[in-house]
Amino acid sequence: MKKMSIAAYLAVKEIWKFRGRFLLVSLVIGLITLLVLFIAALGEGLGNGNREYLSKLDGELIVYQAKSDFLIPASRLDLNRFSEIKNVEGISDVGLLGTANSQLLLSGDDNFLKTALLGVEPGHVGEPKVIEGSQLSAADADEVILDRNVILRSNIQLGDTITIRVTQGTEDQVFTLKVVGITDGQQYALQPSLFVPFFTWDRIRPKSQAEINFSDPVANVFIVKVDQPENVEIIRDRIEEKIENVETATRKEAIQALPGYSAQQSTLNTQGGFTLFIGILVIGGFFQIQVLQKISQIGVLKAIGSANSVVAWASIIQITLITMIGVAIGAGLTFLFSLFFPPQVPIVFNGTTTAIAIIALLLIGPLGGLVSIRYAVRIEPLKALGLSS
Amino acid sequence: MNALETKSVIKTYQSDSGVISAVDDVSLNVASGEFVALVGPSGSGKTTMLSILAALLKPTSGQVLIDGVDLSSLDDFQRVNMRREKIGFTFQANNLVPYLSAVENVELMLRLNNKLDKAGKLRARELLARLGLGERLNNYPGQMSGGQQQRVAIARALIHNPSLVLADEPTASLDTERAYQVVETFASLIHEQNRAGIMVTHDLRMCEFVDRVLIMEDGKLTKILKDRADIRKLSSARN
Ligand SMILES: Nc1ncnc2c1ncn2[C@@H]1O[C@H](COP(=O)(O)OP(=O)(O)O)[C@@H](O)[C@H]1O
Ligand SMILES: [Mg+2]
Repeated sequence: MKKMSIAAYLAVKEIWKFRGRFLLVSLVIGLITLLVLFIAALGEGLGNGNREYLSKLDGELIVYQAKSDFLIPASRLDLNRFSEIKNVEGISDVGLLGTANSQLLLSGDDNFLKTALLGVEPGHVGEPKVIEGSQLSAADADEVILDRNVILRSNIQLGDTITIRVTQGTEDQVFTLKVVGITDGQQYALQPSLFVPFFTWDRIRPKSQAEINFSDPVANVFIVKVDQPENVEIIRDRIEEKIENVETATRKEAIQALPGYSAQQSTLNTQGGFTLFIGILVIGGFFQIQVLQKISQIGVLKAIGSANSVVAWASIIQITLITMIGVAIGAGLTFLFSLFFPPQVPIVFNGTTTAIAIIALLLIGPLGGLVSIRYAVRIEPLKALGLSS
Repeated sequence: MNALETKSVIKTYQSDSGVISAVDDVSLNVASGEFVALVGPSGSGKTTMLSILAALLKPTSGQVLIDGVDLSSLDDFQRVNMRREKIGFTFQANNLVPYLSAVENVELMLRLNNKLDKAGKLRARELLARLGLGERLNNYPGQMSGGQQQRVAIARALIHNPSLVLADEPTASLDTERAYQVVETFASLIHEQNRAGIMVTHDLRMCEFVDRVLIMEDGKLTKILKDRADIRKLSSARN
């Protein structure tokens, strides 16, 4: 205990005396923190933009066309199979989902917002709950529920009529829809979403020339809600057994299979990891140079009777303090910067991710300093006399 | 009882050209209240001997007793305690902790010994004032001259009431005038406080203030001067 207090005394005194030098290292750690937190927030934001709709679904299973590799746009399911799946035992609800893209026209010349155009079944799983207004009324109504991200990026309000533009065959077509409800964030494929009744969707979605003439509506996937969530795997097998030519994914598997999702997340994680590694090298380098400059001084401390543990603890306390100050500076900078980021930049500060990043950042100090601490402990007190044994 | 006693201390090093006897069969005593100079040409074994007395280096053979305690009977942990409690040090250079002020450097010795109380703080200030540093208490080593730093080191070497005070070339970086001042004050403090003091020096003029001069040559203790007249003759000779 007494040793600890002497170690803390020496550590703090040294930091204070050479505060300029130490602040510089803290600033570097602060910048590394800024970078790591932004990479984490970007990963969270991009990931969220990709998976938000799927992750908030009230259903447990997604049914795809067989061999579609869980790629929603590549999957085609006709309505015959939809009626069959409804009869599978243990399913409490099933809904159609059709996905496409559209341009939401905004006021001003040729001003538009790229949106995901999602066809869902009113009153069934897959239709998100509104936080304002009402749900969709009928399977073919000219109504739309807006993701709140649409509201954030336009001046559209509940009750307005919106116009979307899609390409059907070789022609651009425009359709008008009435805004009946607004949901919380429901992005899909990094775009804000428009939810329309399934049969409306089938009418207004982008189509090839062939599709215009082919009139049977086709969904991409079905969303299944089971009676008892603990039976998901049983129901899953049952669906794949009873329905021809389908494959099923859990929500988690469906998210992982989103185009680019895994690759993007692992790229960002690697970047974050590398930045942390650079942090370890920077801190390690600084403290190693520092201890090399202090050989005779540490020798004197030991010669006059400081225990090795005092020297070691002084280093550990010092490195930890400098890292903490740096991380605090970085967190503050991150907060300041985040205030000035426009809403289009997909940055989301998630509590858990940020906490993990901060813990990792706090660990890079002691990790980086390990070599220098070891070195300091091994300095012989004889160095005070300019000798070695 | 002598504060310091050595019996047939030998320190040898193995080198390419054979065995070097850095210290060769040295026996000596220093009593409390006695200030002794250890002199000799470069390479004669002074620093090696001092390191052994300081419990920083183990002799190849022989005994070192501080306050009657045989250093060879101590483990590493006890040797650290011995240095902290019983010994005071000044080194040739870079004596002080650069991020502590003069008074903090002196107090550090009390802190390490868990003896930093009000009285201790007062004594540290008095001692520094006595050494002419009353105006410099809060200066950092970087703001002081070599002589001032050396005097802070002397205060640090004495503040915790050690039995033995070891000084390695305390005047090496000082001009003659400063050197005389420093050693004179050092000597009078050793005498007043009744410590056993050993000063390694190559500057024979500094022997003017000591009670005895031990002369080393090739690791051996070849001559001991006790007589004031002999010492004065040595210290006034040109070197
Ligand atoms: N670690 C060592 N290894 C080998 N030889 C050493 C070592 N330390 C000192 N010596 C030798 O011991 C002798 C005495 O050295 P030293 O005690 O430094 O003398 P002084 O301080 O009187 O100049 C010298 O010959 C020196 O080369
Ligand atoms: Mg020497």
